[in-house]
Amino acid sequence: MDTIRRLESDKLRTDIPEFSSGDTVSVSVLVREGDKERIQVFQGVVIQRKGSGYSETFTVRKVSGGIGVERVFPIQSPSVASVEVLRKGKVRRARLYFLRERTGRSARLKEDRG
Amino acid sequence: MPMAILGKKIGMTQRFDEQGRIIPVTIVEVAPCPIVQKKTLAKERYSALQIGFGSRRKKRANRPLAGHLKKAGVEPTRLLKEIRLTEEEAAGLDAGGALTIEIFEKGDFVDVTGRTKGRGFAGVIRRHGFSGKNMTHGTHEYFRHGGSIGMCATPGRLFKGKKMPGHMGAVQRTIQNLRVVEVMKDQNLLYVAGAIPGAKNGIVLVRKSVKKTAAKKS
Repeated sequence: MDTIRRLESDKLRTDIPEFSSGDTVSVSVLVREGDKERIQVFQGVVIQRKGSGYSETFTVRKVSGGIGVERVFPIQSPSVASVEVLRKGKVRRARLYFLRERTGRSARLKEDRG
Repeated sequence: MPMAILGKKIGMTQRFDEQGRIIPVTIVEVAPCPIVQKKTLAKERYSALQIGFGSRRKKRANRPLAGHLKKAGVEPTRLLKEIRLTEEEAAGLDAGGALTIEIFEKGDFVDVTGRTKGRGFAGVIRRHGFSGKNMTHGTHEYFRHGGSIGMCATPGRLFKGKKMPGHMGAVQRTIQNLRVVEVMKDQNLLYVAGAIPGAKNGIVLVRKSVKKTAAKKS
């Protein structure tokens, strides 16, 4: 593992801001339709970050038209054009799976103003 | 051009393709392999190259090995292996030279041979993919068994090759048609799409694919 980490440490992208579970982010995703490229924005709450290094991913959850939608993004993927942190959430755990059972007011997270 | 070279499995990671899709890759360290002996049709009645891999302390090379290596002027290696190739392929390569990563290009297809991880004595579910028995519905002490192994007085014996529990793994396996995703020539690293046999630090033989060649660029 050490050799792999050493090889990849300088390849990791630095243009992604720091964020963690509970934060509300807006992810710009490169979408390729035929030979046209455009940016699609996916906005929601980060419910987990998983893995490390080159294979790290994060999951964003949003409620769209009353239906919960979750998308998993590999952080290093070139498809993830940029990530913007809109709001810091105050949470006490790393995996926010409990949000799946909640809707409306109870699905809100306190803002971390610290 | 020689077709094969020895390497060491470093481990697995991932890469992205142009569409941003993840490709699982295995990194293989392919350090230059010194050519220890050249076998020819004229002398040995077959054509081959004996190549070395890795290093070992001079003290650890016994007299016969040291003498053999001295002929080619090669430092003691971790192991020696013979690769078969035709006289034309071996042209220009002689003892004392070395095979390097240069023989591979991005987009090539390779076959990788190695010794799989040993699994010890394994049952039929793990070893042969049997489905096992019900965990409920009254099954009594018969969960991961293989069931009946044969018939009655006719034929009165077991068929050869009957799948039963036994030792699994630690055998030589070849995975064919793996795509070379990246070649880092300055660091002697080969990125191969997919998994290859063996544990990390295991020695593998990387060969140009027998069945599939790189797609021609049109």
